[in-house]
Amino acid sequence: MLGYILQRILSAIPVMLFVALFVFLLLRLTPGDPAAIIAGDSATPEQLEAIRTSLGLNDPLLTQFFSWIGNMFQGDFGTSILSGKPVIELIAARMEPTISLALTTITLSVVIAVPLGVIAAWKHDTLIDRIVMLISVLGFSVPVFVIGYMMISLFSMKLGWFPVQGFKPIGDGIGPFLHRIALPTFTLTLLYIALIARITRTSMLEILGDDYVRTARAKGLPERYVLMRHALRNCSVPIITVIGIGLALIISGVVVTESVFNLPGLGRLTVDAVLARDYPVIQAVILLASLVYVVINLLIDIAYVLLDPRIRLS
Amino acid sequence: MNFTTPLKSKPAGKRGALKSTLLSATIAGMALIAGPGFAQTVTSVMHSSLRVLDPIMTTAYMSRNHGYMIFDTLFALDADLKPQPQMVDTWTVSEDKLTYKFTLRDGLKFHDGAAVTGEDVAASIARWGERDAMGQVLMTFVESLSAEGDNVFVMTLKEPYGLVIDSLAKPSSNVAFIMPKRLAETPSTDPIPEQIGSGPFTWVADEFQPGVKAVYAKNEDYVPRDEPPSSASGGKVVNVDRVEWVVMPDALTTMNAMQSGEIDYWESPPSDLLPILQANPDLVVKNLNAMGMQTILRPNALVPPMDDPRIRRAAIAAVNQQNVLDALVGNPEYYALCGAMFVCGTPLATDVGSETLIKGNGMEQAKALLAEAGYDGTPIVIMQPTDVSILAPQPIVVAQAMRDAGFVVDLQAMDWQTLVGRRANQGAIADGGWHLFVTNWVGADVFNPLVNNMVNGKGANGGWFGWPDVPKLEELRMSYATAQSLEEQQGLAAEIQKVAYEEGVYAPIGQYFVPTAWASNLDGVLEGPVPFFWNITKN
Repeated sequence: MLGYILQRILSAIPVMLFVALFVFLLLRLTPGDPAAIIAGDSATPEQLEAIRTSLGLNDPLLTQFFSWIGNMFQGDFGTSILSGKPVIELIAARMEPTISLALTTITLSVVIAVPLGVIAAWKHDTLIDRIVMLISVLGFSVPVFVIGYMMISLFSMKLGWFPVQGFKPIGDGIGPFLHRIALPTFTLTLLYIALIARITRTSMLEILGDDYVRTARAKGLPERYVLMRHALRNCSVPIITVIGIGLALIISGVVVTESVFNLPGLGRLTVDAVLARDYPVIQAVILLASLVYVVINLLIDIAYVLLDPRIRLS
Repeated sequence: MNFTTPLKSKPAGKRGALKSTLLSATIAGMALIAGPGFAQTVTSVMHSSLRVLDPIMTTAYMSRNHGYMIFDTLFALDADLKPQPQMVDTWTVSEDKLTYKFTLRDGLKFHDGAAVTGEDVAASIARWGERDAMGQVLMTFVESLSAEGDNVFVMTLKEPYGLVIDSLAKPSSNVAFIMPKRLAETPSTDPIPEQIGSGPFTWVADEFQPGVKAVYAKNEDYVPRDEPPSSASGGKVVNVDRVEWVVMPDALTTMNAMQSGEIDYWESPPSDLLPILQANPDLVVKNLNAMGMQTILRPNALVPPMDDPRIRRAAIAAVNQQNVLDALVGNPEYYALCGAMFVCGTPLATDVGSETLIKGNGMEQAKALLAEAGYDGTPIVIMQPTDVSILAPQPIVVAQAMRDAGFVVDLQAMDWQTLVGRRANQGAIADGGWHLFVTNWVGADVFNPLVNNMVNGKGANGGWFGWPDVPKLEELRMSYATAQSLEEQQGLAAEIQKVAYEEGVYAPIGQYFVPTAWASNLDGVLEGPVPFFWNITKN
């Protein structure tokens, strides 16, 4: 197992390097000039050139690339072109809202969606199944921002239970933290419930028709044991995959949800940086997102083995 | 508000526990909204995010607004657009009008405790003079900047210049902010490393998160002037402990937060949400900036066929301001038809040369000009920034008007930053050049011929994007700079406007106003071209 993990970590290095090169070149080929953004409307061409030189933007591309890569290997991700703040500091400040939202959303989604999917499969073609599928279709179909505005309208504006926007770190107390993260969590959870419940239902339906399930039932095992120990465990691989990808998606940034609820997360940082052509920030955030996907894929693979001994790592 | 009754009356149980948790969380949340130690905080959503902290290095309005919080100015314009002393106590001008001596007020201190000296002022004015358009003109007249004793700043001129005080009191980007000498000696192409000024607020560096929040604390050592506040001038008395500028990317969320009392002040709500805000009795909605904004059309005088003034004039003649403003703003309460290049309502306002824009009767003239110039159907590239709501509609209206006049138009959609990069390209269309773009200016940035970049006639070397080469304009601008009376300035401004329209260097295609919304428990919100946070009390 350890050898496999090491092998996967090593194989991630060329992937990350390729992503780094791709992002770097893509950004340099994109129109827009951060120096012009900084200098503003009245700057003369000479002043623009001076700012470009000062920012290192006039250096040859290769020099810029290797300087960036070299600094990264020393733990220096550069500084924001606009604010002058270290990129690592900017990202660190945005990690907590994003990770908080990811964990609360995934936890709540799993707690609700997996039982829903199991029940829907168990009660296949009944009213319960249809209700679960209706929730699933709604979750997929209604845009997240519409759900967000409806949540705000009902729970913040009408009932006054939750604030409209903002984020409080968990360090300020669990109460204020949950109070602020609740609505964005509920909003995203609807989407993830739809996704996870549907996958759970489909996988369960396949498994429930298998011989060993029929055998388990024939042995007289209680239905909950059949469902939870025999069926659900055997269909955990696709469920874990969806959960993992969902987690990675949220950590990479959910711009719409972050914007609607004014959460200062990584998604907004990325969009702001792209609009301002803040190259060091964009590069670092995209690399981070790639890393998240690599790590989560690795964790999913490990989870496969733990959940299903028939799968062997090679 | 009583939060305790439900907690006492409900029996313990799952539902009761859930409700208790929610209510406790609400109480905790409200306490946190009130801020640490219930310090009085004004929470404000500004028009954009603060990123660049050096208000001299950039002309970004957010950096300018930040500058007004942290730094102070020698002079400042009052509500009647008259310069008033701010950091200056008294000043004298020699009989030959070549030497200005400014004595600073007693008690002026930077946030690090050091006294403000004439040397700090000299270094700050020199740095500002490198960057600002009006400052650059001033510097062409300046022989030397020096200090005399601790608190006297001396400016010596090569020849008399009528706009020394007006330049130092310039209200918008770049403002002549005064900073410590050690910061002012930073090259003007590099950002200053610290935010130490002598202004009414101090910078809370630890809480700054670009794109999220900027925080200012009351400067307890600030000594305000005795005069009542008037726009940027007068006593800057701070009545709250903190001001927080929070960034909210979504206008609907901002509106909801405004209505639920989570924020106190919204600098520029979009016009389509104004009716909802106006209907709320707990909010005040008012235009604070009498000069408003000027939206402009700028042709590129370097690229054929726009290098022909007749083609540029044809494009301008085709446009009807009413159509532009209806598309951009909609509500006539918040716009004005205005052909004055130096903004309607200012001393230099005149309608010379703007008849077709205002009356919308220039279509035949446009067609005639195109025929006279022999327009060959070359597609006119108009850049349209689709990601900025206050810039996206105008190019569409302009493009249609030009098509109606006989132009072939290539309306190219792009994001604003792409436009900002591309507009610096002086090359041909095949090399990434362009023919026309639209942008907006705060009135205070275009209200005289020296600050108004578009009437600069220096051409490809030294001109603003579009680069018209019109020596007559430069001659007139220099005459304006040395004019000694308002009447003389007004005459020259009218002449500059006439030449600018004849040459088709640019066209104001409407004046509009962006009201500000604030909670009715805020008093003392000042009018001016910039959002000011002194004088505000929170009840």
